[in-house]
Amino acid sequence: MTQYLLSVIQPVGERPAPEAMARIGADVAALHEELRAAGAWVFAGGLHGPESATVVRVGGDGGQEVLLTDGPWIEAKEHLGGVCIVEAADLDAALEWGRKAARATTLPIEVRPFLG
Amino acid sequence: MDDVEDVFHAEYGRAVSVLIRFLGDIDAAEEAVQDAFTAAVQRWPTTGLPASPAGWIVTTARNRAVDRYRRESTRAQRQAEAALLHAWSQSVELTEAVEECAVHDERLRLVFTCCHPALAAPAQVALTLRLLGGLSTPQIARAFLVPEATMAQRLVRAKKKIRDAGIPYRVPHEADLPARLRGVLAVLYLIYTEGHSASSGEELVRADLCAEAVRLTRSLAELMPDEPEVLGLLGLLLLSESRRPARTSVEGALVPLSEQDRSLWDRPLIEQGQEVVRSCLRRGRPGPYQLQAAIAAVHADARTAQETDWRQVLALYDHLLSLAPSPVVALNRAVALAEVQGPAAALAVIEALELPGYPPRHAVRADLLRRLGRWEQARLAYDQAITTAGNEAQRAFLTRRRDELEA
Repeated sequence: MTQYLLSVIQPVGERPAPEAMARIGADVAALHEELRAAGAWVFAGGLHGPESATVVRVGGDGGQEVLLTDGPWIEAKEHLGGVCIVEAADLDAALEWGRKAARATTLPIEVRPFLG
Repeated sequence: MDDVEDVFHAEYGRAVSVLIRFLGDIDAAEEAVQDAFTAAVQRWPTTGLPASPAGWIVTTARNRAVDRYRRESTRAQRQAEAALLHAWSQSVELTEAVEECAVHDERLRLVFTCCHPALAAPAQVALTLRLLGGLSTPQIARAFLVPEATMAQRLVRAKKKIRDAGIPYRVPHEADLPARLRGVLAVLYLIYTEGHSASSGEELVRADLCAEAVRLTRSLAELMPDEPEVLGLLGLLLLSESRRPARTSVEGALVPLSEQDRSLWDRPLIEQGQEVVRSCLRRGRPGPYQLQAAIAAVHADARTAQETDWRQVLALYDHLLSLAPSPVVALNRAVALAEVQGPAAALAVIEALELPGYPPRHAVRADLLRRLGRWEQARLAYDQAITTAGNEAQRAFLTRRRDELEA
């Protein structure tokens, strides 16, 4: 079994209408239930917007000083909206979870294996 | 030694797929099979061909792989691996695979791995040619006119993704099979068309790619005899291949279907192709490849261009357009329409088509304008067609046509 990271690719700024959001929330919750029932669940969670991010960097002085910058590590038209980690036998099984996640969130999903 | 070469072409994909199944690693499998063929080159000239060359190759490859593991592993690893290898070499499945080879044909799994939609199309093509066709990296690079290093990197990356992302060796489940099979057929078709009409460069036909596409499609048709679209593709390729000798002039210029010397067409291939087309259409599940094959079969029936049953061709294109609508199909249908209803009707259809940057549109338009006697517009259309043509052979043909307008 391999663990795969499912990343929700979310466009910056746009948010669906409240009733659409409610449906998405219900669909995502149902998917989480399905993952647990199938024994594929590892972790899942949505993220606050990129404006809430802080980047931490070790400075050039041998790591004495830590630099903080406000905002995401890269400004882009899309950002990481949430993640889900699944346990799957192979890529086809992981892609099937990816398909379900894309349907539930109505957003593109990147599926990527963890090392080891 | 030619025998080894023949066995290599016929059995490489089968041997690699069996070894991948049991080694679980593409590179190790390729290495082992190459070792086995190297041994065959040294041994077969004196011993003669073994009773089952394929079985010999697989057994030898397995033994070489075992030797290699022993050599390369440390003493600590060795004990653990020895147990594993022992279990493995004793496994019933492997023994069966080695002895009967054809019974459990692993190639089908490998086809679906190579053509997995998680891989980019160029990677799918390269992997298929490499692992199933046994083409070397330099051969594939030459065929697709990319630097060898680029092709090598493409293959390395694709193999790494199969391993790291866990792309399975599996024939897809029934629910996924139609879509996945369409992907496999698209790869084989792409290999053929790249060989048939090189998208750039001077050589119109790169025969080795065509031959490889036909060979791979034949194998797939043997492995999946109940899939009509596989047969449809095979029929289409055989019938296209039958016209290859007539498709270029001695000077290397493209000869259009209407002007081809039909006595050069390969009759045995036509008969094979038509038989395949009949057998798949009988199943009553027509698809895009079967219909294109049927169109090719109608052309093959005509002893001269004038005898072509254009009404039949047009009806098949109508059917094709309803199943798989695309501007390219619409353009080809317009060519048939010109023969049934005249060039003016066809021109009206073409002017309405949105096909920017698709070179054949200019060529077809130029031809229709020529036939309508609209010389000035025809000349302009030929100029556009010549500028956008993908290879020298097409350019030569179009230039000749334009220059004939002067006369």
